Amino acid sequence: MSTPTLSARFQLNRSNFNLDVELQLPCQGVTALFGHSGSGKTSLLRCIAGLENSATGTLHFNNEVWQDNNLFVPTHQRRLGYVFQEASLLPHLSARGNLEFARKRAAETILEADYQRIVDLLGIGPLLDHSPSQLSGGERQRVAIARALLSKPRLLLMDEPLASLDQARKQEILPYLESLKNELDVPIIYVSHSPDEVARLADTLVAMEDGHIVASGPLNETLTRLDFPIKLGEEVGSVVQANVVERDAQWQLAKASFDGGELWFRDSGHPIGSPVRVRVFARDISLSLQHHSDTSIVNSLPAVVEEISTEQHPGLALVKLRVGNTPLVARLTHRSAHHLELAPGKPIWAQIKSVAIIQ
Amino acid sequence: MGFSAADLTAIWLTLRLAAIVTLLLLLIGTPIAWWLSRTRCRWKGAISAIIALPLVLPPTVLGFYLLLAMGPNGPVGKLTEAMGIGTLPFTFWGLVVASVFYSLPFVVQPIQNAMEAMGERPLEVAATLGAGPRDAFFNVVLPLARPGFITAAILGFTHTLGEFGVVLMIGGNIPGATRVISVQIYDHVEAMDYAQANWLAASMVIFSFAVLAVLYSRKRTLVLK
Repeated sequence: MSTPTLSARFQLNRSNFNLDVELQLPCQGVTALFGHSGSGKTSLLRCIAGLENSATGTLHFNNEVWQDNNLFVPTHQRRLGYVFQEASLLPHLSARGNLEFARKRAAETILEADYQRIVDLLGIGPLLDHSPSQLSGGERQRVAIARALLSKPRLLLMDEPLASLDQARKQEILPYLESLKNELDVPIIYVSHSPDEVARLADTLVAMEDGHIVASGPLNETLTRLDFPIKLGEEVGSVVQANVVERDAQWQLAKASFDGGELWFRDSGHPIGSPVRVRVFARDISLSLQHHSDTSIVNSLPAVVEEISTEQHPGLALVKLRVGNTPLVARLTHRSAHHLELAPGKPIWAQIKSVAIIQ
Repeated sequence: MGFSAADLTAIWLTLRLAAIVTLLLLLIGTPIAWWLSRTRCRWKGAISAIIALPLVLPPTVLGFYLLLAMGPNGPVGKLTEAMGIGTLPFTFWGLVVASVFYSLPFVVQPIQNAMEAMGERPLEVAATLGAGPRDAFFNVVLPLARPGFITAAILGFTHTLGEFGVVLMIGGNIPGATRVISVQIYDHVEAMDYAQANWLAASMVIFSFAVLAVLYSRKRTLVLK
């Protein structure tokens, strides 16, 4: 069975802003809509939800038409979940009342066990009898996420659910979002301008600018495109999905295996078998024609040069590599690239000075 | 000394009138307030102005035109006669109709304000949780606008209690049918019976004060919530 997809084409004209997008998304895992504020991320999300009824275009979810020239399925019939940026609990209901509001209207019956599981997943059991005004911002957002899940959505839309929270609250909620992603099989479209959140959560990346989509695709493929490098933060880099396979107690290191190789990193307590995401910046990769063992660098991986670009700066080259199926980007001087006679297809050793575990 | 039998009849009539009018106003005013709070129609301003007219017009002006409309030669009068219920002026139901117009802004505006204050977000939330428009109206909009409804009901009720000009124009002074408290007080004063007038007038002051005091202290707690 092929992955279900969401395909959309929207135009929305406002006095000071135009949204004009066309995209195809796999309905699987987390898709991040990433861009600066004002780039149209939220507008696109609202179009998908059916909350922007002045938008024209087409929207197909799997085999269903949600919008085309003469059809507009209203939001309440789309069976989706939506988490708004700021607290949106219904103020006349308690936390439990908010959850029940969703549960009663869900298309399928929600078993008590499922209800409990979602309540536990978000850690809101002790909060259920409170009214929204008695909850902190982070607690409200967790109730709002649980409420969205209890409507049994086929698609979960999240509009910067952490943006209105301070750093401590963000750190409080991010683990819940990660477990949500790992434990439930509902596809999520997640709007964010935070590089950290995208690196931690996204499987697919859609980058937006001025109401347009400038790049989209699997997270790491999109991050390592040389024609349009998407910077998460100020640096070009890649995000590698891996699994912890070994922990070395003597040297306090852990080893993670990814599609194409293995990486050592400082052990930060991840148990064996747990998924980790490793962020590798282009500036932290150097290239060498031979494998060196007389170096302090721990991670040295055999790679193949795929593409070279000097567009960013005349003195610097960005080199896209592939380690097995995993793309990486290295940044070196143009002179070094010339000296090493780098060309597409050339085998090379990628020496990785440091990696960051982001999950 | 106390209320005379005629006073008690007037009090009972007035309370009955105010209760019926308030109930009708909540039924009529709610859809109007909802429409006004959500519409982008260009007639919104004109319609709001029509509803607000009784706030500024002398009650006799309103009463005069209602009298013409409901009289035997007016469009409403012809309709009611064709329906076999006679004409409405100088009847209790004539007073009810006139009072509904007279107190309409006092009911529509608080409800409209409450509905505007809640914004679009609760409705969007309801829609994303699978609630259709009717469901959302009854289970989200109405409960959220509750403070507005309480204010509207109290203002509608007390305003109807106190009307005089419209009653005189449309209802006259028929005991048990249209002689409400304000008219009864007027009669006592005309008859130089100030003591009897004072009983009724003071009761009105105390009752109105008590109701408004409850309303305003309640409003504060609602805001604080």
